[in-house]
Amino acid sequence: MDVSMLQRTYTDLLTSLFREGILNQQFIELQQLQDENNPGFVNEVVSLFFEDAGRLITELISNFNQQAVDYKKVDAYVHQLKGSSASIGAEKIRSVCQTFREYYDKNDIQGCYNCIQPLKQEFMTFKSKLEALFALEQQIVAAGGSIPMMRH
Amino acid sequence: MWPPDIEDKSNKQFNIEKPSLTEDNFLKEFKSKTEKHKYDFMKLVELTDYSDIGSHQQTSLVKQYKFRRANAVRLLQDELDALSKQRQEIEQRGLDILQEHRFVERNHISVLEEEGYDIWGTADRERANKSLLSYKNEIDVGVNVSGEDGTVGYWKDRAVRLHRLLDESLKRESILVKKLQESVKMEDQNLPVEELSQILKRADNFLHFILQNAPVVIAHQDKDLRYRFIYNHFPSLGEEDVIGKTDEEILSVSEGVKEFQDFKREVLENGKPAKREITYEHPLFGKKTFLTFVEPVFNKKREIIGINYMGFEVTDQVVKREKLAKYREEMAVQKAKETELSKTIHVTEETMRAKQMLATMSHEIRSPLTGVVSMAEILANTHLDGEQRQLLDVMLSSGDLVMQLINDILDLSKVESGVMQLEETKFRPREVVRHVLQTAAASLKKDLILEGHVSDDIPLEVMGDVLRIRQILTNLISNAVKFTHKGKVGINLRVVPIPNATQNPATQRCCSETSCSSKIGNETKTGEEIVWLQYEVYDTGIGIPEKAIPTLFKRYMQASADHARKYGGTGLGLAICKQLVELMEGTITVDSKENVGSTFRFVLPCKVPSLEQDLSDDPDEDPNMSCSSHIPNPMEGFFLFKPKTVQKPKPPGNSQLKQTGSTELAMEDGKSRSLHQSSVQVLLVEDNKVNIMVAKSMVEQLGHSVFVVNNGLEAIRAVQQTRFDLILMDVHMPVMDGLQATRLIRSFEENGYWDASVGPTCQTSPTSSFLSQDCHEDTRKRKRTPIIAMTANAFGESASECLDSGMDSYISKPVTFQNLKEVLQNFFTCNS
Repeated sequence: MDVSMLQRTYTDLLTSLFREGILNQQFIELQQLQDENNPGFVNEVVSLFFEDAGRLITELISNFNQQAVDYKKVDAYVHQLKGSSASIGAEKIRSVCQTFREYYDKNDIQGCYNCIQPLKQEFMTFKSKLEALFALEQQIVAAGGSIPMMRH
Repeated sequence: MWPPDIEDKSNKQFNIEKPSLTEDNFLKEFKSKTEKHKYDFMKLVELTDYSDIGSHQQTSLVKQYKFRRANAVRLLQDELDALSKQRQEIEQRGLDILQEHRFVERNHISVLEEEGYDIWGTADRERANKSLLSYKNEIDVGVNVSGEDGTVGYWKDRAVRLHRLLDESLKRESILVKKLQESVKMEDQNLPVEELSQILKRADNFLHFILQNAPVVIAHQDKDLRYRFIYNHFPSLGEEDVIGKTDEEILSVSEGVKEFQDFKREVLENGKPAKREITYEHPLFGKKTFLTFVEPVFNKKREIIGINYMGFEVTDQVVKREKLAKYREEMAVQKAKETELSKTIHVTEETMRAKQMLATMSHEIRSPLTGVVSMAEILANTHLDGEQRQLLDVMLSSGDLVMQLINDILDLSKVESGVMQLEETKFRPREVVRHVLQTAAASLKKDLILEGHVSDDIPLEVMGDVLRIRQILTNLISNAVKFTHKGKVGINLRVVPIPNATQNPATQRCCSETSCSSKIGNETKTGEEIVWLQYEVYDTGIGIPEKAIPTLFKRYMQASADHARKYGGTGLGLAICKQLVELMEGTITVDSKENVGSTFRFVLPCKVPSLEQDLSDDPDEDPNMSCSSHIPNPMEGFFLFKPKTVQKPKPPGNSQLKQTGSTELAMEDGKSRSLHQSSVQVLLVEDNKVNIMVAKSMVEQLGHSVFVVNNGLEAIRAVQQTRFDLILMDVHMPVMDGLQATRLIRSFEENGYWDASVGPTCQTSPTSSFLSQDCHEDTRKRKRTPIIAMTANAFGESASECLDSGMDSYISKPVTFQNLKEVLQNFFTCNS
């Protein structure tokens, strides 16, 4: 594939992510933090998020699978996750966390439980999409092109 | 040969000047050892009869003969006269004696009666005795007069004697008369002709005697320059070869003959004898030089009928003379060479000494001066009070000025003494221009714009002496900046056609005087291209008055006396520029208008390097540095530098490389990164890794340095150790949350001590908030650090709660760049 085609694919993907609500404005903030002094910043942060969030979700799920669920702990995790996802603009993940916390405040166990699966789901989606995005970025750079910027 | 009036007139008649040639036919029989003379008889007769000289000779000879005869006659006559006089005297005496005797006889008769008569007295007797005595004395020739005086016998003897004497005398006379007669006879017998022929014989003998081995040729030629007579000509030529022919016919037209003929014709025309040295060359005798004397021969009517010439061979002398002249020349040349050599040695010695002195001087002067300046700079970095600092500033500026001055002088001396050597390395002209402007901008204190335009046809790299070119540009720019108070100063660099093509006499002169013949064409011997680069330094300054322009480039000259006073400087800068430019085979000119501005222009030839050349050693360039990292475009030709105090918005075009020497906060859209003057330390207290990364990145992009801790306790510890300008405090954290930490920090700031016993529940009363002014017992009141809460509002903490804990402000999560910026701005514009 030649560069312009790659770039177009990239742009399309990114736009769709925004449209779908997987990413929000915060992601653009991240992109703006990336420049020649800090190349690959987005990549780094998102990778960190993958790691962190992945860990949290695993903890979450393991907690939920226990007999006695420590909801406080779970809430703390979810809080963490919420903060992280909010920081990088992973909108959908954040919103699920938000929902969870609302349910938690309302002491709605079922509601909380119902959020776990979607949470994981959203995370997986997010991860795969962004991995695809990064792969495209690499391809574009390898082909000698520049990564097109999103303007919102 | 000798001047005619030198001799005594009387002797002249005896000189045999020129023997007449009339009698040669007579002398033909004369036996001479070498028959070297050939004659044309008829001609000779003619000559002698009709020529002036000939008749002159005849007359002189006749005169001679007559005179000699007359002389002989005279002499004889004199003798004769003398003798006859003698005879007469003797006769007279005889008579006297006889007379006396008669007296005496008479006396003698009466004497017989001796004792008798003494009438005549003693007087007569005495007289007689006297006369006798006198006779005795005179005629006493072996005649013994014995006996008494007055005896007859005596007197008889005497008579006999006297007779004898008389006879002898008569005999002598007769002999002489005979002789005279004989000589007269002899004289009569000699004909004039014979006489003359004798004379001639003698003369000819004489001539031949002397001339037979002499290198002399004597000849007579007629009006047509045909030989009539020649003596001592070249032996191999026979009579018929010479007589009646001209020189040309005999010798053919060989070297010298023509000259000879011309000479003779000249003499014929002028009628005056002349002498000349003529060189002949002929196979007969080789190369010989003759000193010829030519004389015209006139006839009685004063017409020229021919010439006499005499040639004296002087070949050896000529050769010797020429050799001598040559030797003298060589000697002179040798001497000249020697003086030149000694001069050169002297000059070389002087140069060596000068170089030595220059090297020594430059080291000697610069070392201590550098020491002084360095020490002053070190001193500047120590703790000084205001007054000391002022004094030190003066010291430093004076020191710098002196260094500059010394460097200028030494540079100038170096260039002028020919010691300066130029380097030739590859360099990039755009880099040089940019660097010079940048350096000038960095120290610019005035409100001026610095520009640089490099035209596109300037090659990327050229060969030349970068150091010197930079020196010249720096010099001109510093001058421009010095004398410009408003407006702009700039450098233009473009390619110009070969100056030889233009009517630039200075360049042409330069090219002809210095050996830059290799650069006249556009190519050097090695086939490299030469470009002529024109550097132009212009300004909108005070300008230069027209009358100052001719002396501008002279040493120590400034535009006017006022300039030195007002602007300082040494007046050496332009002199150095000119010397350097001309050393590099270029020219420098100036255009100026008072109160409008000045433009200094210099052109330099530069080689364009071929690809195999060495890498340049220009310190500007770092071959390892990729262009993209530092300079976006190496072919960038436009530079603009603005002074620190003026800040203009960045223009949209990307053909301009904007650089500021200033250090300010960028006001734009968060794209330009510039370091804040004072390093603001921000403490970030956050536990979420992702949040940490994002927040840290944002804060750093705002130009602050970030220190990260993960909970409240760590935050407190950090505050204990370091002074922070701002704290970003997350609220929900493990171990100790943000609110608690804030409270503790505030109490420390207030009270100066950490009360570990103060538990999480704050013991401080609401009254003792951060705004209270009591609790002043501890004089160490810490400066209040702004603490900003980062909150997601997730746990219901409200803004007021944060503020109550001691926070100054809050920021909502997720943290965005804009929010962060605004908050920080608020805090730093208020508190800095």
